This record gives sequence, structure tokens and C-alpha cells, in this order.
Amino acid sequence: MPTMQRPDLAKHLPSFTPTGEGRQLQFREALREAMSEEMRRDDRIFLMGEEVAYYNGAYKISQGMLDEFGPRRIIDTPISENGFAGLAVGAAMYGLRPIIEFMSWSFSLVAADQLLNNVPKMLYMSGGQWGCPVVFRGNNGAGGQLGSTHSWTVEAMYANVPGLKIAIPSNPYDAKGLLKTAIVDDDPVFFMESERMLSDKGHVPAEEYYIPFGKAHLRRQGSDVTLVSFGRPVNFCIEAAGELAKEGIEADMLDMRTVRPLDIQSIAESVKKTGRIVVVDQCWPFASIASEVVTQVCEKAFDYLDHQPIRVNTEDVPTPYAKGLEAEYLPHKGKIVRAVKASLHRL
Amino acid sequence: MPIRTAYTAKIEYLQILDEEGKLDASLTAPGTPGILTDQQVLHLYQRMIECRQLDEIAFKLQRSGRMHTYPQNKGQEACALGSGFAMRAGVDWIVPCYRENAAMFMHGVPMASVLLYWSGDERGNHFPPGVQVTPIAVPIGTQMLHATGIAWAAKMRREDRVVITYFGDGATSEGDFHEAMNFATVFNVPCIFFCQNNQWAISVPRESQMASETIAQKGLAYGAQVQQVDGNDLFAVYKAVYDARERARAGGGVTLIECITYRLADHTTADDARRYRDQNEVEAWRSKDPMIRVRLYLESKGLWDAGKQKAEQERAEVMVKEVVDKVLNWPAPKREEMFDHLYAEMPALLRQQRDSWATHSLGMGREAGLQSGSAAGSHQHA
Repeated sequence: MPTMQRPDLAKHLPSFTPTGEGRQLQFREALREAMSEEMRRDDRIFLMGEEVAYYNGAYKISQGMLDEFGPRRIIDTPISENGFAGLAVGAAMYGLRPIIEFMSWSFSLVAADQLLNNVPKMLYMSGGQWGCPVVFRGNNGAGGQLGSTHSWTVEAMYANVPGLKIAIPSNPYDAKGLLKTAIVDDDPVFFMESERMLSDKGHVPAEEYYIPFGKAHLRRQGSDVTLVSFGRPVNFCIEAAGELAKEGIEADMLDMRTVRPLDIQSIAESVKKTGRIVVVDQCWPFASIASEVVTQVCEKAFDYLDHQPIRVNTEDVPTPYAKGLEAEYLPHKGKIVRAVKASLHRL
Repeated sequence: MPIRTAYTAKIEYLQILDEEGKLDASLTAPGTPGILTDQQVLHLYQRMIECRQLDEIAFKLQRSGRMHTYPQNKGQEACALGSGFAMRAGVDWIVPCYRENAAMFMHGVPMASVLLYWSGDERGNHFPPGVQVTPIAVPIGTQMLHATGIAWAAKMRREDRVVITYFGDGATSEGDFHEAMNFATVFNVPCIFFCQNNQWAISVPRESQMASETIAQKGLAYGAQVQQVDGNDLFAVYKAVYDARERARAGGGVTLIECITYRLADHTTADDARRYRDQNEVEAWRSKDPMIRVRLYLESKGLWDAGKQKAEQERAEVMVKEVVDKVLNWPAPKREEMFDHLYAEMPALLRQQRDSWATHSLGMGREAGLQSGSAAGSHQHA
């Protein structure tokens, strides 16, 4: 099978304008554009999942893709997550580049044996022979009153496994650039979206770009506190930082973009400047990504800390079904503001 | 008509060469496709002797502490040989579990690789370029989905390739079997599901594993072609897989083949089947040993005799000994090799970990500007 020419990933990134200027795309459109651009470049790439073809995707991410790429490359599946996860491994062994859509990462749990016991280990266990360049993507986290079984935030569990890469975008610009990098990556990438953000609009430049993995994006600069997050809660951090600025508290706000690899270097450098860190994470607190960040900050910048690190996670209970409870269960602006003030002894 | 028959089915059992080494004339009439020639049988019998010899030696090596756990193939060689021979080397794909050595060898996997793997070395799962055999799969059933994916990919690329995947009776209880069968038939991919029903899933007998009369009938539920075969009959296994392969190439999709066979040895060297199996049962199956009937057949054709058996046995012993010597002298992997092949390109942090003799966190500390040495000592320097 021919190897396609790899795009230039080191190319300069177009500027990120969060203020509503330039070409505006929905998060879902940005995802679609990323997949479509790569599929036009490389005919080994296909999209497979429940409802992705004739129904145009349960969340309309793949709208129109069946029309453009046809049923050989946009493929509806039986309801069988372990089935299509395993099928992707085989297709990758053959030389194809699968994109697998989970309607929700909550449903990936039934595919855990393929996802965790095969995908990240295939290259390793075959002495370097069989790679597994598959992108698994879908909604992650509480989607708005979907109940506990459908509201999983899986990154902490999955990030524990070596051999994977995990990207979690917080806005349309990142969604496109990170997904394009994920698709051309030679390792398996777990790509986590949020149905609460799919209609969010943001600037997505028309020019092509790839966002490198393992490099955090400094969304806001400040010297009082380091705010770290990834995915949807980044947006709550931005809101909180705006409110804190009114009280004269300036935060360094780091959007991690990927949690594996984790750009701990940027976090440590920021902490050396601010002496305080608040990590915001929509996973449960125990053994979460936030826990990992705090651990590594202690390893790398312990002597620079002026206050113990603070985590803002979800509450340590299953995601509640009731509207008000779900909102209170998740990290939000109010919790973040309080945590930052606590770290500054200004509560 | 309030009641009508919605579905009826039958399962056919195929035996061509019986326990006495006699070929069924009606099934082997001249011109019948998929019938082994005498030269082919001779060739396969020699491979059978080699495989049996490998089993004996691997077992002895394990018992003397020089080999890790090893699953013997003894008694099931006709399954691996007949099926492997029916697939086209370098064209078709072999997706094994772990009890079909001969099929892997036939498709280009060196015997040394398999032995190296079972001696506890993942480098044994790295096969030479061009060999279309996937790694030995020890979780139960996962490989069937990979096979389905490979077959789907071949179909998508419009390439003339067929995939065969191997599993045991116990694996049909896993969801992977059912999901793979469902996908394979819904997508109508060129895939053969080859079940070696050796009656025992470690210590669990077939009747405690499933309530269905046959495994073949499970394929009917998914719309696959099905065939039950005497798995100790080299001719029947070859014929069934040959037909399934040709059907798949013609767009006929999926076949589930259930081979009725018997695990004459323990599950693996970590097992002692005497604790749970009736020895009378084992003895009854010994007389159905696939080697016995092939030898009888060849002898009846004047192609084999005691002298040839002795010479071939000696040749196999030398050949296996050479492989064993090679594997036992294989240089052990170095510590730093533990970090290889996790990612296509080694991430910086992993490289750092590899290059540090300390623990992960101490390695990080040193990287942050601390001196090497004990954690307490280095902290004072910071």
C-alpha cells in the first residue's frame, strides 16, 4: 500500500483570535473540515461509527461526508463498539488509517479490551511490527442531563495506559488543528470532544494548519496564579480569569490541548513565575489528570510554591441526572474563582 | 396461516479420510476441487512430524526451566496444516490465536520466532517483512475482530485476499466472537472463522461452555456459511477451507468452520489435564490422532514405511534442535529496550525515563536541576 506524503506539521500556526473575528465555524464544522481535508489527501482514511453515514452523524459532525466520500469510506456500523474498535485495529494492520467515532466515550467502556489491551500495545507486543494509527473520537463528559451512564469523562482512566495519545480541544480552532494532527499521527490517538461545545463558534482560519501535541496554549497571561485546564472547562477558566481580573488578580491560563503527552514544562515554568496553581478538570478527583499535574508540579517546582496546589474537579459522585445538580457537580466559574482566591488567601 | 416455519437449518459434518486411513471415494472423485494430491499429503505429513517434534522439545525445555509457558498443538496438527495449506502464502492473511503453529510456519513465520515468543520474548512476534501473519494473540477472541478488519480493508481496497482467523471452542463464549461474526457477515467480508473445537477450554468441557449442539450452528444465526469438519482429518480440513476460500474470493463472504478435534496434551505447560480429564476419553482420542491416519494412508499408497518414518523423525529432531539452540542463545534484551516500540517515535519524556537509572519521579527531579544520587541527598543541593 502506498505511503502518502506527510504534511508539514512544523508549519507556522496561524494566529488564534478568540474574539469572534475572521472566518467563524462551529466546533462540529471544524471537526468535519479536519476529517474531510485529510480524507481528500489520503484515500486510506475512512470514518466509521454508529449513524455516521446516512444519518449524517448523531451530532451532525459528519454531515455531507457520505455524499462526498461515498459508502466505502463513510461507514455505518452495528451497535457494537468493541466490534468496530477491533475492526479498526485490523484495518490499521492492513495499512488503512481509520477514524472511529464513538457516539459517546461513555460507550467506549464496552470496547475497553480492544482500546486498552490491544490498541496501545499492538506495536509493543509485536516487537515494533504492527502500529495502530487509529483516531478514536467522540463526545466526552457530561452532555447535559444524560444521566450517569452517558456522562463519562474517560481521560483519566485511559491516560494511565502507556502507548496512547489523548487530545482534548476546548474550541473550534483547536478542534480542527488537533484533529488533523491526530489523523496523520502514526500512533493511536483518543480524541475527546464535548456535545456541549459542538455548536460553539470560533475563528477557524481558512489556511491549513496542524497543532502540535504536547504543547500547551497560553490563553491568558498573568503573574498571580497559574490556571491549568483542558477541554470544555478551559472556557470556564477564561470566564473566571476575566472576573478575577476585575479584582486585580491576573492568571496565567494554560490550555493543555493534549493530556498525553502533557506539557508539564510550560506548567512548571508558569508556576515558577506565579507560585500558585489551580487545576480545573471535569474528571472525578481521585487519580485524575489534575492529580497528575499537581504531582508533577510538586516534582518539578516544589520550592517555588507559595500555596499548596488546588484541584477543581467534579464532585466525587456519579454524574447527577437533575439539571441543577449536574451543573453544581461540574467545575464552573464560581468554583474556579473561589479556588483561585483561596490560593491567594483572599477568600 | 398463523404458524409457518421461519427458518430451518442443518449442519453437515465432513470426513474424507477415516481413522483407518481410507479415503472416501465419492468425495474424492477425479475433478473434485480441493482434494490434496499424494505429493501434497507427503509434504504435509513431514511438516506434521516437525510440529510434533517441536511440541515434544518445547515441553521438555519448559519442564527443565528453559522455556516459559508453551501451549502444545499435539493432536490438532491436521487443523493447522490443512487450513494453512489452503490459504495462499503472501496473498491471504493468517490471524492466529496460539495453537496453530504449522499454519504460521507455512506462511513464513520462522519456527525460531514462535519458540522465542514462548520463551518470553516479544521480539518473537516480529515476523519477517511480507509475512501476512498477525502476532500470536493470547487474550481470548480479540483477534477475530482484527481479522474482520483486515478482511474489510482488503475488500475496501478491492484486493483479492482472504483472511482466516483461529480460535477455540471456549472463545465462542466471548463477545468478540459474536461481534466479529456479526460485522463480518453484515459487511460480507472475505473471512474464514476457523474454530478448533478441542472439547476443552482449559478445564471446562464443551458442554459446560455452551448449551448449543454444535458451534457451527452459531454461524447460521449471523448468516454465515457453516461447515462442521473432522478436525483430525487433513483432507476434510483442507477441503473445507479451500471451498470457503474460493467462496470468499467470489464474494460469498464468511464461513464458520468447526473442526471437531481433541487436545491430546495439557492446555499449556502450566496445566495438568490429568486432574480433570478422564483418561479413557484421552485414550479414545489417541486412536483418532491425525498423524496415524495420514501415515496409514501414505503407507497404503506405498509412499511411506518404517524406514522413511525413522529417517524423517531424525531429520526433524536435527532441525528442531538447531532452532532450539538458536533460541536458547538469543541475546537477552537490554534494559533500555523495554522502552522501544511503545510509540512510533519515542516521546521526550520516555526517552528521559529510559536514559535515567532512577525512578520516574527522581528522573524528573534531576531533570529539573537537582543533582543525581539519592532523593534526600539531591534535595540538599537544590
